[in-house]
Amino acid sequence: MRPDHCAQRREPAFAAAFASGLLDPSRATPPDVVGPRGGAATKRYNVYRNNVMVSLTDALAAIYPAVQRITGVAFFRVMARFHIRATPPTSPLLFEYGRAFPAFIERYEQAQDMPWLADTARIERAWLDAYHAADAPPLSPDALGAIPADRLGDLVFELHPATRIVRSPYPAVAIFAMNRAAGPVTPLQSDAAEDALVTRPEMDVMVRHLPPGGATFLAHLIQGETLERAAAAAFAETSSFDLAANVAGMLEAGVFATIDIGDET
Amino acid sequence: MNAISHERDAGARGRLRFPGLPVAGLAGASFKHDHLDAILADRRQAMFFEVHAENYMGAGGPPHRALEQIRRDHPVSLHGVCMSIGGPQPLDRDHLDRFRALVARYEPALVSEHLAWSTHETTYFNDLLPVPYTEATLARVCEHIEAVQDAIGRSILLENPSTYVAFASSTMSETDFIRAIARHTGCGLLLDINNVFVSATNHDFAAIDYLADFPLSKVGEIHLAGHAEQRDDEGARLLIDSHDGPVADAVWKLYEIVISRCGPIPTLIEWDSRIPDWPVLRAEAAAAQAILDRSAAVHGASSNHAA
Repeated sequence: MRPDHCAQRREPAFAAAFASGLLDPSRATPPDVVGPRGGAATKRYNVYRNNVMVSLTDALAAIYPAVQRITGVAFFRVMARFHIRATPPTSPLLFEYGRAFPAFIERYEQAQDMPWLADTARIERAWLDAYHAADAPPLSPDALGAIPADRLGDLVFELHPATRIVRSPYPAVAIFAMNRAAGPVTPLQSDAAEDALVTRPEMDVMVRHLPPGGATFLAHLIQGETLERAAAAAFAETSSFDLAANVAGMLEAGVFATIDIGDET
Repeated sequence: MNAISHERDAGARGRLRFPGLPVAGLAGASFKHDHLDAILADRRQAMFFEVHAENYMGAGGPPHRALEQIRRDHPVSLHGVCMSIGGPQPLDRDHLDRFRALVARYEPALVSEHLAWSTHETTYFNDLLPVPYTEATLARVCEHIEAVQDAIGRSILLENPSTYVAFASSTMSETDFIRAIARHTGCGLLLDINNVFVSATNHDFAAIDYLADFPLSKVGEIHLAGHAEQRDDEGARLLIDSHDGPVADAVWKLYEIVISRCGPIPTLIEWDSRIPDWPVLRAEAAAAQAILDRSAAVHGASSNHAA
């Protein structure tokens, strides 16, 4: 019997054994885990199980407060528990957690009568990404004034690091805004589709809804296409696309960081 | 390509320079964003603030803005929560890089981590999980602490854990384990007296005996916090390290004993959940400061904080 050899074999195993039951209530308490004087430690091990589940559920609730307000706390915590067991975090940065939660909500049987809930969650996830995005001054609304009129169509925009778009066939922006605000929740007057624009020009995250064609216009700009081509794509989607109003609104919201005049050579 | 752009990267804006504020003899409090305005308005107190490193590992935004504001006026303690130093697997290199960048950016007066693990394979459990105390785990923990200290170019303070279970496979006491770590790695220690009290109750030993056996000369910071109470499998009291209330009287008593032996060691009031209004937390820190100040007077006024 060589004690050192035993210790070497045991060392990596303790974490695997301890971890195995943390998210799986069907597993027994690891045999190496004991209470005082070697006594039973199931309730004690359950403290860790509870800490893990409660803290991760709280993390999802902190990222998705509007979703929790809509579903109620009890519904949310059950839904979160299923998600955490299926998709636990893989990074110690919890503000990165929950990216798969909107898609999980979309499939979650008990949430099928709230088809707009997943898009509301997507806006909340985008909100947090914008909150933690790199700092950068947004492009000044005056910047376009310096561009010769005959070059405007060639402009290529670089996005501000915080900018996100969430497209929805539901009034997801109104649902998000009402459930993030302090006041009472009232029935919505509209069931119109709303595309969300999420920006953070300084320190405050802003969520507004994009006018018709705006999401397509911006998506093309994000892909590095020129202003002219992006506008053409938006007009192709909807004849009501208002180029001047979209550009002005986006500049005001701090969507862009820089502009480049396309190279003619 | 013609570029019309604003100066926009961090380099162009200039990295903030922070004053080298001393932390010796000071009490401090967990920094919570909800308290930012009250702290900035309340300019009279000399104290330090501790932050969980992981909350400042995003690229930018309000967390960094807030920490910059705090760091201008106060020493900061950077407290890592998820390095998983106690786990058997290698440290996450990306996480270590992020930790190094934070130390370089904020020049914290104190840097600490836990004797615990939180990641296994690819899963992050978001809890401080316990470690068996064996020669093999000792060697691994020492390797990990050396990796952290090599990465950041300075020594860290390692915090004693609060635990709810023990391991049948442990072959040494927690104090022997921690003493060996400090000797092998040169790290300092963060003595969490609430953790000592919680573990002593949970494992049926005397907190005062633990403290008598603890290498107090290596302690560079003390934590005080509140705990909650449950019952274990046999109906015995089981304390939970909940950080959600005021420091217990018994913990204050142990703290006074430690300070009377060691002198005025920087002391943090940890409060992470059910967070009170700022004046409540400030008063708890002021209670620790009063004990530190009495000790400083006795120990020859080595403390140099502003009154």
